Amino acid sequence: MRKVKLSQITDKIKELFLKANFYINPDLIQRLKKALEEENSPIGKHVLQMIIENNEIASREEVPICQDTGLAVVFVEVGQEVHLVDGDFTEAINQGVKEAYQEGYLRKSVVDDPVFERKNTKTNTPAIIYTDIVPGDKIKFLVMPKGFGSENMSTIAMLKPADGEKGIIDFVVETVKKAGPNPCPPTIIGVGIGGTIDKAMVIAKKAIVRKINQPNKNPKYAALEKEILTKINNLGIGPAGLGGNITSLAVHIDYLPTHIAGMPVAVNVCCHAARHAEGII
Amino acid sequence: MKKIIKITTPLDAEKIVKLRTGDFVNITGNIYAARDAAHKRFFELIEKGKKLPINLKGQIIFYAGPTPAKPGYPCGSIGPTTSYRMDPYTPNLLEGGVKGMIGKGLRSKEVIESIKKNKAIYFAAIGGAAALIAKSVKKSEVIAYEDLGAEAVFRFYVKDFPAIVVVDSAGNNLYETEPPKYRK
Repeated sequence: MRKVKLSQITDKIKELFLKANFYINPDLIQRLKKALEEENSPIGKHVLQMIIENNEIASREEVPICQDTGLAVVFVEVGQEVHLVDGDFTEAINQGVKEAYQEGYLRKSVVDDPVFERKNTKTNTPAIIYTDIVPGDKIKFLVMPKGFGSENMSTIAMLKPADGEKGIIDFVVETVKKAGPNPCPPTIIGVGIGGTIDKAMVIAKKAIVRKINQPNKNPKYAALEKEILTKINNLGIGPAGLGGNITSLAVHIDYLPTHIAGMPVAVNVCCHAARHAEGII
Repeated sequence: MKKIIKITTPLDAEKIVKLRTGDFVNITGNIYAARDAAHKRFFELIEKGKKLPINLKGQIIFYAGPTPAKPGYPCGSIGPTTSYRMDPYTPNLLEGGVKGMIGKGLRSKEVIESIKKNKAIYFAAIGGAAALIAKSVKKSEVIAYEDLGAEAVFRFYVKDFPAIVVVDSAGNNLYETEPPKYRK
């Protein structure tokens, strides 16, 4: 067994949330520059230039890319040969989030009770934590500060197996169409197909942060990603929703085996920043 | 690139009618940041016939809540939040004298009607360009509802705040007119 102190997890989570809020991943920077070349609308080009410049300022000055520094989503893969010592796993993660948001001057956007009190917890906790147990003696972290402009535009449908590819394409494209300018296009669209209603959304969320435009390994799903992206960009919504041929930068599909009677389809929409950071202990 | 029109706050009908959907503007002067929770409180005060904590006549409301300012910075990162959540409260505020709004995203029919009726204007700022937009904020102070944290009402003195006219005082809506040109 390899011993890992929970304070190490706190430090790693803190480091990753600061990084994710200040630095855009290089693959996304490249994609945005390509989008600027591909965009035909003068307003769209202007918007993309502002986004690119914004990302440069954020990383240069270590200030948040966006004022919505998000709800803290954390995916953890814990190696089964790891022995966690000196603390509580969930508390250690929340402590890391709290320190990042306080010391990094990030906005605290969490309310305790979603309906009645809606009182700000002032720490940006609790985080949303997904834990998987995997072989090995390492702990892998993926953090995503998820803004709610795009989260609010996300949808799920329990399609019939007979709806097939066409049903999926129509549902995803319709979701993006309805969202219009709201989720800060050009967006990245995470699609989760199969599993259960809940699991479909979890894999959709994780699919957002796949290396941009790296197609699904299954060529049929890769073709579906391509077709959906083309149809989305034919909507004309454009950067910031002000018209143009670049509405989404990528469509990433992930899928799971599912029940004979169903075909869950989850669409998790993400803004052009797609903030995330990964680390290993 | 299109010419950028410079405007100053507060606004009046004379300034507003000259602006057209699709115009790029740089705004200079005081603007007021308020979002969901502050709008709810404004609305409740108006319903009860009470005065708002600040005079918003001729002013611009920016739907936004900044990150805390880093030491040495006048303001943290600041960009627009999605405007539709403020729609239920907006016509009342426009009736009460608010002239401009800065946000992002679609508005309800009622809001657009109210913009026309009250000769007001809706600007879009670029969502997710918060570090860039913050460069135009020269001074920032909380002027009401400090207990709301990031949702408090802020007064910002801005210089050349970048925005685009989306709904002009005639009710023309860039979100409806521009995307069809690129639809295939």
